[in-house]
Amino acid sequence: MSIDKSTVAKIASLARIKVTEDDLNYYAPQLQNILAWAEQLQEVDTNGVEPLANVSEIALTLREDRITDGAIANDVLANAPETVEGFYVVTKIVE
Amino acid sequence: MSNNLISLTITEALDGLKSKKFSATELVDANIKQMESNRDLNAFITETADSARAQAKDSDARIARGEMRPLEGIPIAMKDLFCTKGVKTTAASNILGNFVPPYESTVSQKLIDAGTISIGKTNLDEFAMGGSNTTSFYGPVVNPWKNKNHPDKKLVPGGSSGGSAAAVAAGMGMAATGTDTGGSTRQPGSFCGIVGVKPTYGRCSRWGIIAFASSLDQAGAFARSVEDSALMLAAMSGHDAKDSTSARKDVPDFAALLKQDIKGLRIGIPKEYRVEGMPQEIIDIWDKGAAMLKDAGATIVDISLPHTKYAVPTYYIVAPAEASSNLARYDGVRYGLRTEGKDLQETYELTRAQGFGAEVKRRIMIGTYCLSAGYYDAYYTKAQKIRRLISSDFAAAFEKCDAILTPTAPSAAFAIGENSDDPIKMYLGDVFTIPASLAGLPGISVPAGLDQDGLPLGLQIIGRAWDEVTMFRTAHALERAVAFSAIPELMKNAA
Repeated sequence: MSIDKSTVAKIASLARIKVTEDDLNYYAPQLQNILAWAEQLQEVDTNGVEPLANVSEIALTLREDRITDGAIANDVLANAPETVEGFYVVTKIVE
Repeated sequence: MSNNLISLTITEALDGLKSKKFSATELVDANIKQMESNRDLNAFITETADSARAQAKDSDARIARGEMRPLEGIPIAMKDLFCTKGVKTTAASNILGNFVPPYESTVSQKLIDAGTISIGKTNLDEFAMGGSNTTSFYGPVVNPWKNKNHPDKKLVPGGSSGGSAAAVAAGMGMAATGTDTGGSTRQPGSFCGIVGVKPTYGRCSRWGIIAFASSLDQAGAFARSVEDSALMLAAMSGHDAKDSTSARKDVPDFAALLKQDIKGLRIGIPKEYRVEGMPQEIIDIWDKGAAMLKDAGATIVDISLPHTKYAVPTYYIVAPAEASSNLARYDGVRYGLRTEGKDLQETYELTRAQGFGAEVKRRIMIGTYCLSAGYYDAYYTKAQKIRRLISSDFAAAFEKCDAILTPTAPSAAFAIGENSDDPIKMYLGDVFTIPASLAGLPGISVPAGLDQDGLPLGLQIIGRAWDEVTMFRTAHALERAVAFSAIPELMKNAA
């Protein structure tokens, strides 16, 4: 396992974060160190151990399928950087 | 009872309000004044003095009518990770821009309903990612305590809830909310010489708390006494249909029950927490704390938590993985910052590059890597399996004991800028708080003494799941025995 600059560029693209050449130089050794340090987890015998995703032992509850709120479009859109006629505006995505 | 309105405990203040020794308006004003005269600490991102004064008037009217609620008129500070209706909420990140939530988080609503009055939104590490409050877009928070051997140095308050801890230590609010994902209420409590508590995972609703790592995040509280922290936590707790991991459990009257003595309780001392390189004075304070609990009637038992050394690396896989998923929502479309690019993909990338700070980007990238094809099982599944082993360690230990006593942190508050060049060193500051977080257990930090630099050190008590009462009882017994009375210089000057 080795985190070189091209790996960081790939991760950054997956995470939708623009990185510069300086960023790659900055993050590559850091991510490499952190993941190399996490390698110690491999020495633990986890055969037959069930992964623990959440300590909560609560079974998800079902609720009645009915509308409990709504008609709050203005609230929903209030923080948008740009809106038109009750819609979010984004950069053109269809040529 | 102190006659100074900024150094009262909540219980003292409630008595004073009830007996009309002072009004809620006077109490709130004194805390606001303290907030306004200590802005150099940078503990608050947004001050809400006007709404606080209006609420104080309402509280005074309720008191006059004899309709006091449990925490009527008590000024508090609110971590800026809780969404507050109509009040800018930032998570200390640039990416939220001028986000003003149209709704109130469940926990902050419960506190309003209990009668508390928020005087402002406190600074934190960006998205609660950090242990020193130095990753905030709004700048670092300064600890009100000073190193007596280096009084010129500005110290960190701990993190991530650093602003809340600094506020309570400096009399800018009688209590504060925090959140705790890996130690973010307990460690700042230790660094600032106050009580910091985190309940069992599921005790408080996460609804309206800006998410970091959802399987770990819990609301918590800071206060200047164990009893006050119990009053806060009781007001914040309870089932909420809007959070599917919120438990349908009755909330005990923590503050009433914590006064029972601890005769016959078994207190576990985990041998794995004697980590290499820990300062002798922390070991001494730990030993002294155990002796005090023994004097109070408890039995001290040696326990083992064999997977302790793997807890921090496990956390630094699990938490970033969840964070990378949670923070995917910041896309510059629906709220917050937007930096336009030539197409949508570039708009996302530029917005997130500009909006997130270095530590948040680091964690998003670690998480993205650990969840990516080919690495998922090696990192994420592996870490989840070790999380199970850590949780089982605690279950086995609690067969032999009723609560666990440990140091809260391996150091006292350090200078702003120290450790910042080495993420792993910073991560290891949470070595004693992370294991309980991974296991979802309640934990509390109680001030236990000062080190040779005159800085506070805390001891942590970890309880069984849903047994905050035993945790609080033990903490209360420790608090009484320690009789910690030190306060920062600036509190002496304000008195």
